[in-house]
Amino acid sequence: MKLLYFAWLRQKIGTAEETVTPPPEVTTVGALLAWLSARGPGHAEALKDLAIVRVAVNQEFAKLDAPVKAGDEVALFPPVTGG
Amino acid sequence: MIRVQREDFDIGREIDALTAGRSDIGGLASFVGYVRDFVGKEKASGAEVSAMTLEHYPGMTEKRLAEIEAEANARWKLDATLIVHRYGTLQAGERIVLVACAAAHREDAFAACQFLMDWLKTSAPFWKQEDTANGPRWVDADAKDDALAARWKT
Repeated sequence: MKLLYFAWLRQKIGTAEETVTPPPEVTTVGALLAWLSARGPGHAEALKDLAIVRVAVNQEFAKLDAPVKAGDEVALFPPVTGG
Repeated sequence: MIRVQREDFDIGREIDALTAGRSDIGGLASFVGYVRDFVGKEKASGAEVSAMTLEHYPGMTEKRLAEIEAEANARWKLDATLIVHRYGTLQAGERIVLVACAAAHREDAFAACQFLMDWLKTSAPFWKQEDTANGPRWVDADAKDDALAARWKT
């Protein structure tokens, strides 16, 4: 599973992207975020307030209950500020 | 038509290109966004901004802009639409974004232009970091933009 991080999430986590293999019980976005939080202090800090974290799975906005599976591209970022 | 690019754009040339050779267009409404040189609502109380860096999500950005544009074309009778959105480091006063909508009738052009800007603000995957007098600062999404986008919900 490919993870992409943008803006201050990238700064806190310390990398723009990484490839991860979560355990099989991680089948939703919510479960993935919980699992990622435990990866290290940077991840925990970036994900401590999920109200300001947005997620896209395969380039579509996704909610916490959206499914994730091996091979997906999952992006984590703050609320967008385009325009 | 949508473009995501680092380079600046020429407003007159873009609008002329959109309408070139067509005489069925009755009007064109446009919006240009610029890097403002102060943080917050009022210049008097905000820190000075010298530059802004925009990053985006290559792949998803183009996809979302195309979806937003398709929705505008589905909701209003438009002859041509253009979104040009820059990224990279831009100085205060530089152009960030151009939205232009051409239509036979002005209500469609005005409404689509405002709709596209409201949707760009809330669903286009860009993130802005300002260089301010107090150091770099990530721009927060504004609840006001969510409220403005919500008024278009059917």
